[in-house]
Amino acid sequence: MGVTRTPTDLTQGGRTGAGIGASTLRPDGTLKVTGEFAYSSDMWHEDMLWGFTLRSTTAHAEIRSIDTSEALATSGVYAVLTYDDLPTDVKNYGLEIQDTPVLAHGKVRHHGEPVAIVAADHPETARRAAAKIKIDYAELPVVTDEASATAEGAPLVHEMRDDHHAGHVPHPNIVHRQPIVRGNADEAAKRADVIVSGEYVFGMQDQAFLGPESGLAVPADDGGVDLYVATQWLHSDLRQIAPVLGLPEDKVRMTLSGVGGAFGGREDLSMQIHACLLALRTGKPVKIVYNRFESFFGHVHRHPAKLWYEHGATRDGKLTHLKCRIVLDGGAYASASPAVVGNASSLAVGPYVVDDVDIEAIALYSNNPPCGAMRGFGAVQACFAYEAQMDKVAKELGLDPVEFRQLNAMEEGTIMPTGQPVESPAPVAELLRRIKAMPLPPEQQWLAAGERADVRALPGGLSNTTHGEGVVRGVGYAVGIKNVGFSEGFDDYSTARVRMEVVGGEPVATVHTAMAEVGQGGVTVHAQIARTELGVQQVTIQPADTRVGSAGSTSASRQTYMTGGAVKNTCEAVREKVLEIGRGKFGTYHPAWATAELLLENGKVVTDGGEVLADLADVLEGGAVDLELEFRHKPTEAFDLRTGQGNGHVQYSFAAHRAVVEVDTELGLVKVVELAVAQDVGKALNPLSVVGQIQGGTTQGLGVAVMEEIIVDPKTAKVRNPSFTDYLIPTILDTPTIPVDVLELADEAAPYGLRGIGEAPTLSSTPAVLAAIRNATGLELNKTPVRPEHLTGT
Amino acid sequence: MDFLRPASWEEALAAKAEHPTAVPIAGGTDVMVEINFDHRRPAYLLDLNRIGDLSEWEVGEKTVRLGASVPYTLIMENLRTELPGLALASHTVASPQIRNRGGVGGNLGTASPAGDAHPALLASGGEVEVESVRGRRMIPIDAFYVGVKRNAMEQDELIRSVHLPKADGPQQFSKVGTRNAMVIAVCAFGLALHPETRTVRTGIGSAAPTPVRARAAEDFLAAALDEGGFWESGKTVPPSVAKQFAQLASGACNPIDDVRGSAKYRRHAVGIMARRTLGWTWESYRGQERSASCA
Repeated sequence: MGVTRTPTDLTQGGRTGAGIGASTLRPDGTLKVTGEFAYSSDMWHEDMLWGFTLRSTTAHAEIRSIDTSEALATSGVYAVLTYDDLPTDVKNYGLEIQDTPVLAHGKVRHHGEPVAIVAADHPETARRAAAKIKIDYAELPVVTDEASATAEGAPLVHEMRDDHHAGHVPHPNIVHRQPIVRGNADEAAKRADVIVSGEYVFGMQDQAFLGPESGLAVPADDGGVDLYVATQWLHSDLRQIAPVLGLPEDKVRMTLSGVGGAFGGREDLSMQIHACLLALRTGKPVKIVYNRFESFFGHVHRHPAKLWYEHGATRDGKLTHLKCRIVLDGGAYASASPAVVGNASSLAVGPYVVDDVDIEAIALYSNNPPCGAMRGFGAVQACFAYEAQMDKVAKELGLDPVEFRQLNAMEEGTIMPTGQPVESPAPVAELLRRIKAMPLPPEQQWLAAGERADVRALPGGLSNTTHGEGVVRGVGYAVGIKNVGFSEGFDDYSTARVRMEVVGGEPVATVHTAMAEVGQGGVTVHAQIARTELGVQQVTIQPADTRVGSAGSTSASRQTYMTGGAVKNTCEAVREKVLEIGRGKFGTYHPAWATAELLLENGKVVTDGGEVLADLADVLEGGAVDLELEFRHKPTEAFDLRTGQGNGHVQYSFAAHRAVVEVDTELGLVKVVELAVAQDVGKALNPLSVVGQIQGGTTQGLGVAVMEEIIVDPKTAKVRNPSFTDYLIPTILDTPTIPVDVLELADEAAPYGLRGIGEAPTLSSTPAVLAAIRNATGLELNKTPVRPEHLTGT
Repeated sequence: MDFLRPASWEEALAAKAEHPTAVPIAGGTDVMVEINFDHRRPAYLLDLNRIGDLSEWEVGEKTVRLGASVPYTLIMENLRTELPGLALASHTVASPQIRNRGGVGGNLGTASPAGDAHPALLASGGEVEVESVRGRRMIPIDAFYVGVKRNAMEQDELIRSVHLPKADGPQQFSKVGTRNAMVIAVCAFGLALHPETRTVRTGIGSAAPTPVRARAAEDFLAAALDEGGFWESGKTVPPSVAKQFAQLASGACNPIDDVRGSAKYRRHAVGIMARRTLGWTWESYRGQERSASCA
């Protein structure tokens, strides 16, 4: 193998007791903060070429011709490929609907769509050659919102739809539509003492992962290809890549390389097929690394949304009904839009009891950038709107916003709008109680340091815009609900291979899964699980690749539940085998082998009473135990296409936030002082990682509240701020103190009782910040992100 | 792209004379971004990092001669008393890493209206020392910015230093960005009180095609302070004066709508910053006066 830098060796030692519930440290943590970790963009191969993608400079156009001759004639260029060079009849890919061309065919549908790819001996040569490709575009009118997409005579983004949603959508520019109707909202509205409605706009957020899309494809002697790439789901990539290359899946061998963040943005393919095509065409390894600018075009974003809500309530504070309509803009290609619609609609009510609902969610096809998965996945947009509504209703009723939420909070046994009962703890009221009970940060903290105002504690920070003038404090609350795992009847499973053997006289375990470690901490948790289940200290986590079965996606807050569950499940089976071997070897020495509950602890077989029966080293001497098993959560059902009824979800995750902000009301600048969180995690397998996830998700929610938005020109559908200069994400000075209160109420159906945790904190963080800013300013603020213009009326 | 690395100032001038399109690079704050974004592919880069003189400063009796490459970090650490406005502006430049590399010469060379140093330089007053093989000249800062990202330099000239008067009174700098650190200015405002000459000077960033002074606001304020005997009495500036000053500062803006902010907001924010920085500088002046009279 010529690949000189591969993913970091993840052998982890562990003190006895470094099993589940311990805050073991990430094996790659120090490497990452010292800059030594090998990310996918760091890979190198002798003789490798550099790939470059030429992207459309316009959002919607017919491609009249492409002339690659000058590019091909450039010295150092090895290949220039367009649609016509694709080797098989499979020329599209996609997560659910295969509507995305590998390279544009006949037309481009969004700004930044890949049209041609170049391989050259130097990245600059590839870039310059690509600039010599002449494309004759004939501009087409763009559709950029619901009105233009569904207007009479609107241009169709996809003319010939034959996907499984095409038959039930009201317009070909609607990817998917999911109504959810339960009870009778119109009738129930008659019981309402107050009815409150609102229109909300959620901006397009970017995942803004720090490691841009990158990977290395190495052609193999057998005609196949080895692909090293940063992704979220190896096997999903594989399923989409192999047919385009015309190769059987076993000839496309994928290995996860160092991933610099994902947040949903790596669920869709980016450079994978392109690098493989160039490698197979040139017979040389091909590396592709996007720069930051290209990265903004290289992955899908969070769906921007428009949401209309109507809530009714009785004078005593009980919700009567809810009507809502959620329009998500999916952009030019479907990506995860159908599933995002499913989430937005089924979670549109939030963590509340409402018996009579009338909900509709749609995702559009438009010429805007494609949108798909991002942390919170449809539930984020809904939470922003329903939490704003909950505050409005509370205000209308003269009730405290937290008490009003508690009065309507769902709990175990509540029936969801989909008719599905909530079958595990849903401590919504308790989470709210906890954040409300936390002490508030002191007032005017900028005065704490001494005579001079500490501008770091003020809106504007180091920019020195206020020393306290115009600054008003606000406090806001929000709570959210997120589903965990893949829903709506998807066969969601994970695979784990576990090997137990004696090495150097010590029993050791090896865990092999295809789980994409994107920063969530699975590599730590898998080792902890193996220690707990197998009683060993040394656990080796093998690099994730496609030599083992699918682990499913690192998304939907599912990996600890699912691949963690798979590791636990396989470890249990390995343990049974080990005990079987032990019984065969030593069963006659002690009756407890036959009668007691046996455990593996500290390298020994022990009875549940603690009596040592054998050393694992002796039991395993002469042979390893090696098993690969699949693990599934309980099956779910599709939502009925008319009524939205169905047991669609696996598990729910709840978090609540209290935001404290200081707003400079004259300049419209915001300093979030504190974001307190309470979250039920079922069981914290690694408490340190749990807190890290909650703080990270909270910060990502803060970002969209006050600064993050991809701005798309409504006339041209072109992206206006594809850079970290103008797409701002929070710095440490924007990140507040984040006290975290972790609740552990077990879900009996889940491994160790755990709950997926990664997304829930992203939901309620945004509306809590918005609520706090409203509280400070008295303004309505129905849009994310809140800009200085919104706060100053300019 | 050829990379020229002159070992001395004279060699640098010769190289620039030979290759007038060569782009000088010191910290690279602007140049590297432009290259990364593919906005610019100069035929020559002229690396000035071997010229030690550019990273030095001299504090004279009346002025500070600040080398073009003196990094913002050193300005913050060493020239807070002499150049308080520029030191405050330096604090708002990008991140610590960039402040360790970037200097005022880059801001002046790029002459972007968003450059953080400009409002402080305009408020302070001073001259830019530029040189070519043809000779050296001093360009008053007021005449330096001539158009969008254009300055008064000839193609063969390089920036050697800026000569800035040592502060004779309080100075302030304030910048609006939509993030609390590491952000390009939506708009910015610099204010310097010059008690010795009984004048005030201002600088506005990112709210017009070039960095500009709010001259009407300066004239109004200087007159109001003078007529009311405020310099001598150290009395509080009445809100009506502050308000008028703010409005005139707003009026000096000629901003655009862009992804960073609306024109209307920029005008509004410049007014607020003008009022606040006036409050801070005047309070500081009064404080100094009081402590001076106590002594």
